[in-house]
Amino acid sequence: MLIPCPWCGEREETEFHYGGQAHVAYPDDPSAVDDAGWAAYLFVRDNSKGWFAERWLHRAGCQRWFNAVRHTVTYEIAAAYPPGATRPVIG
Amino acid sequence: MNIEVDGEDLNAEAGDSLAAALLRSGRRVWSQGIYTGRPRGLISAGAEESNVFVQVLSGPGEPMVRATEIEAHDGLRVRTLAGKGALPAEADTARYDKAFAHADVLVVGGGPAGLMATLAAGRSGARVLLIDDQPRLGGWLHAARVRIDGRLGTGWADGVAAELASLPEVRVLTRTTVAGYYDHNSLVAVERRTDHLGDAVPVSVARQRLWHIRARQVVLATGAHERSIGFPDNDRPGIMLATSGAAYCWRYGVRPGLRAVVFGAHDGALAAATDLAEAGVEVVRTVDVRGGTWVTGTRADAHGVLAAVGLSDGSIVEADLLAVSGGWNPAVQLFSQSGGQIVWSDAVAGFVPGRPAQATHVAGAVTGTVDLATALADGARAGAAAASGAGFPTEPPDPPTVESGLPWGAPPAAYFLVPGGDPASVFLDLQRDATLHDLQRAMGAGLTSAEHVKRFTTIGTAADQGRGSGVLTVGVLAQLSGRPIDEIGTTTYRPPYTPISFALLAGRDRGRLADPERLTALHDWHVEHGAVFEDVGQWKRPWYFPVGDEDLDAAVRRECAAARTGVAVMDASTLGKIELQGDDVGVLLDRLYTNVFSTLAVGKVRYGVMCGPDGMAFDDGTTARLADDRWLMSTTTGNAARVLEWLEEWLQTEWPLLDVRCTSVTDQWSTLALVGPRSRDVLAALAPGLDVSVEGFGFMTLREAVVAGGPARVMRVSFSGELAYEINVATWHALNVWTEVLAAGAAYGIAPYGTETMHVLRAEKGYPIVGQDTDGTTTPQDLGMAWIVSKKKPDFVGKRSYARPHTVDPGRRQLVGLVPVDGRTRVAEGAQLVSPGARLTDTPVPMHGHVTSSYDSVALGTPFALALLSAGSQRHGEVLDAVDDGVPTAVRVVPPAAYDPDGARRDG
Repeated sequence: MLIPCPWCGEREETEFHYGGQAHVAYPDDPSAVDDAGWAAYLFVRDNSKGWFAERWLHRAGCQRWFNAVRHTVTYEIAAAYPPGATRPVIG
Repeated sequence: MNIEVDGEDLNAEAGDSLAAALLRSGRRVWSQGIYTGRPRGLISAGAEESNVFVQVLSGPGEPMVRATEIEAHDGLRVRTLAGKGALPAEADTARYDKAFAHADVLVVGGGPAGLMATLAAGRSGARVLLIDDQPRLGGWLHAARVRIDGRLGTGWADGVAAELASLPEVRVLTRTTVAGYYDHNSLVAVERRTDHLGDAVPVSVARQRLWHIRARQVVLATGAHERSIGFPDNDRPGIMLATSGAAYCWRYGVRPGLRAVVFGAHDGALAAATDLAEAGVEVVRTVDVRGGTWVTGTRADAHGVLAAVGLSDGSIVEADLLAVSGGWNPAVQLFSQSGGQIVWSDAVAGFVPGRPAQATHVAGAVTGTVDLATALADGARAGAAAASGAGFPTEPPDPPTVESGLPWGAPPAAYFLVPGGDPASVFLDLQRDATLHDLQRAMGAGLTSAEHVKRFTTIGTAADQGRGSGVLTVGVLAQLSGRPIDEIGTTTYRPPYTPISFALLAGRDRGRLADPERLTALHDWHVEHGAVFEDVGQWKRPWYFPVGDEDLDAAVRRECAAARTGVAVMDASTLGKIELQGDDVGVLLDRLYTNVFSTLAVGKVRYGVMCGPDGMAFDDGTTARLADDRWLMSTTTGNAARVLEWLEEWLQTEWPLLDVRCTSVTDQWSTLALVGPRSRDVLAALAPGLDVSVEGFGFMTLREAVVAGGPARVMRVSFSGELAYEINVATWHALNVWTEVLAAGAAYGIAPYGTETMHVLRAEKGYPIVGQDTDGTTTPQDLGMAWIVSKKKPDFVGKRSYARPHTVDPGRRQLVGLVPVDGRTRVAEGAQLVSPGARLTDTPVPMHGHVTSSYDSVALGTPFALALLSAGSQRHGEVLDAVDDGVPTAVRVVPPAAYDPDGARRDG
């Protein structure tokens, strides 16, 4: 894959480290989360067919994290954006 | 040219493939079925070959290569194979390189369509890469008798090649095979640079190059492979794909037989018959299934070579060549690898490219077209479209005029299997020796999909990956099951298209270059002083320093004694060191360590355990506060990079507003661990300005001092329970400080020690090593370190998980010590803990835990182990069996901190 790092531009996928589903925020107050909710935060992630927002680390480059929206069937990458930014509407 | 085949000399003409030379010799039998032992000969002239493979003995050698894909050259030595080759015992000494290319347009295939596509794209100014697997561009034009623009097809191809050479942005790679088509137009190709040169290879030239190519647009002009037909005894030497037979005549000037029957299901067979006849082969019968006749079987001579062909009209025709053509299989492998859809075409009687998944264009025979003029126009269109798509808008050039060729017209028949005959004699996959009988057994077992049949029969799993057998088998499957062929579909085509050697994939990353070696500043000293090394991550660390003929155990006993009774020193430079700066470092550390760091005073050091959100320990180490806003964190040797990434991940993705900057200083600082009751004396001698008294330099504090004449950071930390100092100096001073330490310690019998002694010392104290005594399911509480988990902090990463039912379960595996009941036996690391006297034959044997570390201990007077044991903290005193390889050893559970449990030795 050719992954568009928001800071470095398109780079070969071997420069990157995968970080799983994006927009799974650390809870503001974990003590207020019940056991089921905490287990969901720890262990449960989407495994969707289609557009998927996920985290990437440009490990062999700028060493910065970002999010990308990738299609899990075609591997097309429709957007890449810094952490904290809102997920763009795709598709 | 002279070549050697199976120890006998053979003549070859210039331009011959090995297969052509074999055919030229007149001998027909060059292989045998891997299971049946039936004689086999050449079936094709190219990549479809599934019978004759050879082991190349000359040059760098190669275990298994198609005879059709070797260029004959002086000195070539090969051995023919009956099914499979043998890996040479010697290491491959040839050089293999990797190369990278970026192209606006990549054209795969240098036949007529590919040449036109390259011309069209190349003239636009785009950067074009053309890759072809043959030595000379033109593809099948060299094996045909067509005229293009008034000259022979070969001449036209040479003319195009000359124009391409004049275009500065066009690069042509011949003798190169595209083997993989991956995501986002990333392709991998194998360039064979020297095998055809024989002994004339310059030593500076790499034998092969592995090309990684990134292209904006790809044109696949990969052509088509001829397909056979299933009929009884269709594997005899003398039976050959029809167009391959013609290719031997017209490309190499060697006739594959003198008296031929041509058997086909499409016009291409008729064209091949004409080509054979014009080359002087007597074509005695042309059998076209569309005319209602077919081949019912064949008869062999005493050598197993084709002698006669039986026909459905009852006649038996003597022949030494049966040229078969069931149709064309468009070479869709790369298109399929790219994610493109493969669809069945009745008009083509083959599987053709459907919807592409990437910026991929197809042109020529891969689309199913069999007409040269169409292929040329197709190539021009695809090349222009690809260049335009890559940002070089251009129109397709006018294709050249084609003056010869047969009047194509009648549609091909989708014909795969003749009726009747012994199914065990109808071969579907020659290399796997698999027959119609095998396919029928698979169907009888209820298997209906192409993928299942492939796995049951092994059809399509050989080196050709189904090139010769795949569509034929799917066709037969459709015919026998009465299902439409497009419903069955093909098996999935996966890379590589042709085999790639491991040596090429490895390139120069072999032996010592396979992985970087990290060496400390003291490495040369360690080598000179006889250290035995072990690998810790990429680091080379001294394992132990044998004196005289000491073995590991003897050296470790001596090194441990020095550390426990005198003084010893270790190169601990491999510990990860991360400097953190900023106003919020304390806040960050409070969130990532289980204990409190923000209250740490400048000049103090604190031990911490880092856990994931699941509460499981993943690293530990000490962190010192150098100034209000400067901290120095140490990590385990193997985890340094991971911890730095961990810090960065939280800072970047969750807490971007924290004022913290992290940088690795592992390589900038060298670390000497000075250990033992006399370590204070040694340090005092080297740092006269430093107050080394217990009161002046307390445990877990840091001092900046001049040590051995240079600046140093000295920390009073201990991983052994003994009085100890960690001396950190700039890496270029390390050797000087190390030798000064040894000189100052000589009076006390100082010993350098390695990682094994370090492990023994820490295990005697019950200090776990994260990653050895933990396994990712271990909490700090499991390690007996509930004291390090803050109750006061509202939150830290991991805290919430300590309230999960799973982590509060009292039956969790917890760290314990073990001593053998017999006082002698050292149990094995990894040994399982079972109930005493448990019958090991009653499987499964209930397991209570396992041994994580095990050593002989002079200090304890007994071998000693650490283990993770269910509810271990409640089971001290209990006796269990530690089982290694079926042998139980009785062990008693003890607290992990067996040596100096009160910490009396800490201050020396």
